[in-house]
Amino acid sequence: MVVKRQLEPLLWLLFSAGGVFAALLMPSLLLLFGLAFPLGVLAPPSYEHLRAVLSHPFTLLVLFFLCTLSLFHWAHRFRYTLYDGLQIKHLNEVITVLCYGGAIIGSVAAAYLMLRLGMA
Amino acid sequence: MDTPTYTEYHPRWLRRRVSTYWWMQRGSYFAFILREVSSLSVAWFVVYLLMLVRAVTQGQASYLAFLEWSRQPLILSINIVSLGLVVFHAITWFKLAPQAMVVHFGGRRVPGSVIAGSNYGAWIVASVVVIWLLVGA
Repeated sequence: MVVKRQLEPLLWLLFSAGGVFAALLMPSLLLLFGLAFPLGVLAPPSYEHLRAVLSHPFTLLVLFFLCTLSLFHWAHRFRYTLYDGLQIKHLNEVITVLCYGGAIIGSVAAAYLMLRLGMA
Repeated sequence: MDTPTYTEYHPRWLRRRVSTYWWMQRGSYFAFILREVSSLSVAWFVVYLLMLVRAVTQGQASYLAFLEWSRQPLILSINIVSLGLVVFHAITWFKLAPQAMVVHFGGRRVPGSVIAGSNYGAWIVASVVVIWLLVGA
């Protein structure tokens, strides 16, 4: 219980930072890769160009923070959505483990992919 | 000798049952839940983005296969809904910024409209940079 109370401010900080990253970058990225490119409204970048943009250290850093912080943003908010919205309080522990566990696994995957992209 | 067992007197809690669908009763409640649900779209987009990055690390053929896969009606519809929710997240997040950030400058509190305005400005700049990097350059 004490550990939980000490962790809460850190989790809120990650939630908040993730909210900023997601709000700043996701609408434009999703508009391009989710709609404009698949629907043919805009021509998708060539492989060489995209690879060059993604491999830049600054892009790698921004993408890494975007992925990890956004995942912790999701974990925190979704946990409380289940808590308040569906009122499934008896599954509290399971939900907490699944949410933050998912965020940690996703962060490891993101770190691995960014490193691979950066070293290749 | 038997010791009598006592049951402690305990008043019944006054707790009214709240319906599972409480958030459908009012527009502002619905907006609150919609904002919470937007986190699912945020998580989905991280997965989608990581799949794109993985395809790029694997080579040109994988990248083209990802683009082909993203044209599927199912993926397209998930992305359309997600875009709506992510934009809703961004608007509500920046609207709330003045309440979360109290900035003082020269002994005076910076008005909320300035803080919200600068957040929206940063959003526009970030979007222009992203689009320019991917489409314009």
